[in-house]
Amino acid sequence: MRIIVPIKQVPETNAVRMDEETGTMIREGVEAIINPLDLYAIEIAIRLREEHGGEIVVVSMGPPKAAIALREAVAMGCDSAVLISDRAFAGADTWATSYVLASAVKRIGGYDLIICGERATDGDTGQVGPGIASFLDLPVASYIGRVDRVDEKTCRVHRLVETGYEVLDVDLPAVLTVVKEVADPRLPTLRGKQKARKMDIPTWTSGDLEVEPDKLGLNGSPTRVVRIHKPTVARKCEKLVAGDDEAIVAAVDRMVEFLREKQVL
Amino acid sequence: MEYKGVWILAEQDGGRVQRISYELLTRGRELAEKRDTDLTAMIFGHDINADDLQELIDCGADRVVATEAPELAHFLVEPYSACMLKIIEEYRPEIIIAGATSTGRTLMPYVAIKANAGLTADCTVLDIEEETGNLLQTRPAIGGNILATIKTPSHRPQMATVRPRSTKPAVKQPGRSGEIIRLEAPAELLSSRVRRVDFEASAESHSLQDADTVVVVGRGIKKGENIPLMQELADALDAALGASRDVIDRGWMSYPHQIGLSGKTVTPKFYLGAGVSGSIQHLAGMQTAETIVAINTDPDAQIFNVADFGIVGDLFEVVPALTEKIRQVKGNG
Ligand SMILES: Cc1cc2nc3c(=O)[nH]c(=O)nc-3n(C[C@H](O)[C@H](O)[C@H](O)COP(=O)(O)OP(=O)(O)OC[C@H]3O[C@@H](n4cnc5c(N)ncnc54)[C@H](O)[C@@H]3O)c2cc1C
Ligand SMILES: Nc1ncnc2c1ncn2[C@@H]1O[C@H](COP(=O)(O)O)[C@@H](O)[C@H]1O
Repeated sequence: MRIIVPIKQVPETNAVRMDEETGTMIREGVEAIINPLDLYAIEIAIRLREEHGGEIVVVSMGPPKAAIALREAVAMGCDSAVLISDRAFAGADTWATSYVLASAVKRIGGYDLIICGERATDGDTGQVGPGIASFLDLPVASYIGRVDRVDEKTCRVHRLVETGYEVLDVDLPAVLTVVKEVADPRLPTLRGKQKARKMDIPTWTSGDLEVEPDKLGLNGSPTRVVRIHKPTVARKCEKLVAGDDEAIVAAVDRMVEFLREKQVL
Repeated sequence: MEYKGVWILAEQDGGRVQRISYELLTRGRELAEKRDTDLTAMIFGHDINADDLQELIDCGADRVVATEAPELAHFLVEPYSACMLKIIEEYRPEIIIAGATSTGRTLMPYVAIKANAGLTADCTVLDIEEETGNLLQTRPAIGGNILATIKTPSHRPQMATVRPRSTKPAVKQPGRSGEIIRLEAPAELLSSRVRRVDFEASAESHSLQDADTVVVVGRGIKKGENIPLMQELADALDAALGASRDVIDRGWMSYPHQIGLSGKTVTPKFYLGAGVSGSIQHLAGMQTAETIVAINTDPDAQIFNVADFGIVGDLFEVVPALTEKIRQVKGNG
């Protein structure tokens, strides 16, 4: 079984700071990590390989330092990695990102499953997984909380929707996007880290992929970000201290009044 | 043929039109007025309730296009996208909006790629740019730390998914009329490599994402055995019960209850969190709630920064007293 896992390198959410004046993100000094939601994709891929044999290829499109994220994935147990990096890819929206990743997946070839995270914590769209599937004309099953079984031709999965779980049989090859519940990510091992450090990670540029130049990066992106600003939260918290019995009664009474004002009661 | 008209993707479950459809009508109506054009609702399903289709007209659609087949009874990405692409080809909508639901967030990107269209995810504000007529799509990004406004200058259709509950559902207006077109889906569009073999409905009476009121349990609850304390408050408020990640990771509640970055995003009218600190990852999933209330022993807890009302106190004292009081008030109501 051959599994491809596309992962993204993102800024650490806790560390994100905003430049209040320009309304842009301050990226300097912010640690870059593997998109935390991609760790679940990596973990389920490793478990499927442990059960069925085969190999896992991780792939990331990004600047050269995205190789660090790829090495981390290898340290967790992925077998090989490919970095997709080219200035021409800069400014890509989800359409252009899916396009390049789909071309990379095509070049890697021979896959049974492509497993993505549910969404990246920076872009926050969740569109790239289904986008890759669409470019490759593959079926996609999103929000997968459980992979029940996989055989040569199909996999059975539980898809988390608003009202419960759909149980789906999906023909392979297919794209899955997974949620946290699918598997608890392991930590990198010492041996894994050593392997990752020494591993050669090929970098593919646009010249290595079958892509049309006018579909790349900002030029190939249908969407444009026209403005970035900070949300104005005008919440003023009315705070009551419920220290003793009397204060508790007073606070609860006021809360109930508040609930009525808000027509919750 | 030029691209014209505003379209929404209405959703059905068991042939009944779902709430998100009416929220999208509210959005769609506004855009259609500004653009001086028609609003159409498209819907895919099987044996869709005729009164519900009429209600889409009553609530603001000028036209309903319902594509039906047994294979469309439940969402399946391939037949749904094939049918949607056919509609795009035939009717050439200028704008298509769908809910940022499990269906919308899967179907729309699949279609946008093949239609060579721009797509913006999980918008909370939609508007029309006056000079150009372009759709302006505003969405929270980076865990809600910023708002980004996005447009699609030259590709058509312009597509967006809209965060559920980020607007009010449209209500019936008297005297509206419109056209309802019911189409049988052509067989060649219905093949699917995904098969739905079963459905496991959640035991909860309220779906977290559909609930008006959400009560959320944080690690302050201390152990799983104490969850009933919060369940009782939720029941008294007729609310859905959610939790922070720490509660899920300790196995006190199941994953579908998790709210936040690695869980669900909710936009209820009312959020009440007890023993929740308000980490940035938790806020990412709930800070667009209309009203936020918190109970926490720590007066400096982050959650108070986004709350409208807070009680600094021990949840083991405050919550039972609150539940009792609410029951009393309701009993007399
Ligand atoms: C990649 C990533 C993704 C994450 N995704 C999510 C996510 O989706 N959702 C999420 O929630 N978190 C998420 N987290 C975790 C998040 O960072 C916090 O650890 C978590 O939200 C904290 O949960 P909590 O508020 O319940 O617990 P704590 O932060 O431990 O807070 C407990 C609070 O309870 C209060 N308290 C204690 N006792 C009482 C009492 N008797 N009465 C009243 N108050 C009391 C304390 O003062 C404290 O404020 C994520 C983290 C990472 C790194
Ligand atoms: N630049 C990228 N390189 C590799 N994988 C990506 C990239 N961007 C997104 N992905 C994958 O697509 C998923 C969804 O990302 P997004 O649509 O950006 O929220 C992520 O969890 C990754 O699995």
